[in-house]
Amino acid sequence: MSDTPRTRTIRTDYLARVEGEGAMYVRLDGEQVADVKLRIYEPPRFFEAMLRGRAFGESVDITARICGICPVAYQMSAARAMEDACGVAIDDGPIRDLRRLLYCGEWIESHSLHVYFLHAPDFLGYPGAIEMARDHREVVERGLQMKKAGNQVMTVVGGREVHPINVRVGGFYRAPTRSELRTLVDPLERAREIALDTVRWTTELSFPDVDRDTELVALSDPGGYPIDLGRIVSDRGLDIDPAGFDEHIVEEHVEHSNALHARMRDRGAYLTGPLARYNLAGDRLRPTALEAARAAGLGPQCTNPFQSIVVRSVELVEACDDALALIAGYEPPGRPWVEVEPRRAVGHGATEAPRGMLYHRYEIDDDGTILDARIVPPTSQNQLAIEADLRAVVETHMHLPDDQLAHRCEQAIRNHDPCISCATHFLTLTVDRG
Amino acid sequence: MVIGVGNRMRGDDGAGLAVAERVRAAGIAGREHEGEPVGLIELWSEAGASAVVLVDAVSSGATPGSVHRFDASSAPLPATWSRSTSTHALGVAEAIELARAVGRLPQRVVAVGVEGACFELGAGLSPAVEGALGEVVEQVLGEARALLSSVEAPDAARS
Repeated sequence: MSDTPRTRTIRTDYLARVEGEGAMYVRLDGEQVADVKLRIYEPPRFFEAMLRGRAFGESVDITARICGICPVAYQMSAARAMEDACGVAIDDGPIRDLRRLLYCGEWIESHSLHVYFLHAPDFLGYPGAIEMARDHREVVERGLQMKKAGNQVMTVVGGREVHPINVRVGGFYRAPTRSELRTLVDPLERAREIALDTVRWTTELSFPDVDRDTELVALSDPGGYPIDLGRIVSDRGLDIDPAGFDEHIVEEHVEHSNALHARMRDRGAYLTGPLARYNLAGDRLRPTALEAARAAGLGPQCTNPFQSIVVRSVELVEACDDALALIAGYEPPGRPWVEVEPRRAVGHGATEAPRGMLYHRYEIDDDGTILDARIVPPTSQNQLAIEADLRAVVETHMHLPDDQLAHRCEQAIRNHDPCISCATHFLTLTVDRG
Repeated sequence: MVIGVGNRMRGDDGAGLAVAERVRAAGIAGREHEGEPVGLIELWSEAGASAVVLVDAVSSGATPGSVHRFDASSAPLPATWSRSTSTHALGVAEAIELARAVGRLPQRVVAVGVEGACFELGAGLSPAVEGALGEVVEQVLGEARALLSSVEAPDAARS
């Protein structure tokens, strides 16, 4: 930290508890926030290039490598996009159910990591999980038990805990038996209880009074809470098939980041993720999760990003409950995949990664060779909205000393669980006070 | 057990994984992991491991291919490990301290760091690290055998 009469700069070597690497820069001009920039080093660009020339079936295994926390999201968006290109839609039946079950496992893993290890310290007043763990061992133990249930779903349905190997375009290589799925019932029932306790626990936390007015975008699945498929809708009237993504959402290169920032054409920033899903589809939660939300004082709308920890906890209940229902109704498919014949076409796929909507678009040749790939992860869609949140935080907390202001900014970023790359864990934070 | 931490898609960050693979070939339990701290804790907790050698790439400014070693059984990894630009050293240091705080740290933990030269996306191992692998594997195997005997000795005495 350096101080001069004109300029103060805060530099922290990394922003803890954000997956990935990147940097944040805030410049103050007197009492005005002159500039807020979130810089992201984003691996999808590298993967897009790598996908070109590969076989369409390889897309699910290659893109799964983009993220260690949400590989299933990449696999599901890729599979749906390839199936779309080839004229196949797996919108119901046992293969779809298995996909959704696998996706529930990923939501449980990812959300439990965020709720108990990354976000909880912000509300309990600790700099990080390690310091929190010394006083609140029960939070860590809950998190570990919860995450383990997710791991077990991933192992049974996906073939292993991370980077599932059982997923293919058209379905799965092997369908689990009913008795294999039954082994998941006990851990998931316990996890659902823990999740319900966690929702109740969030009522003891205090939240800064923040009300954000950002366009919210999520998938809309008429059959339930959005996870694995649906149209793309917003609270400002957007209602499109994933194929219409390009028409309504533009991606722009910005100087300070090698990531592309997505924005709604003509409107600007928008937010995807738990808050968007809850506001747009909260009424489609299963009864257990909906009751838990109401009992915790969560109304039909929630626009305070700090309360995303409550929404994530509600989604943990939903994912456990949904997974249990899928297991109870499971009839193994005759064959665990449908034939997908390549043809020269463009396909689109959008699913709800734990941290927000993930869109894939592929152009493939007659023999299935990938000609072009485009991947728009939730974090680059949320980037403008996160910057706007940061600006609001700085405006209202300018009076704080630099280190406390920096901490507030970190929290504002963490609210959105940005998976900046999963490849590294560093984010540099700089605040210039002119 | 030996846990190699890293990401094969980021150049020398794959060093820990390459070591784990070779250690496995030598008949010692070797696992590969991406370095997410909670996942690491789960990995050694599930295995019920009483001794762990963690192998990771580090970037401290030393000569590429050189080897760092630190016994973290009773003391945190020094700041040079967690402040390096190594992609996962922070994950390893966090995992160790989080586990220590909740009583899930194996009895013995030794971290072995391989100094990397290049962490670019899409790159393979640099020649310096590739060339050092044989030596690193020998050192890790030596650590693993020593740890194994140190934690097995009390059991042997009881039986």
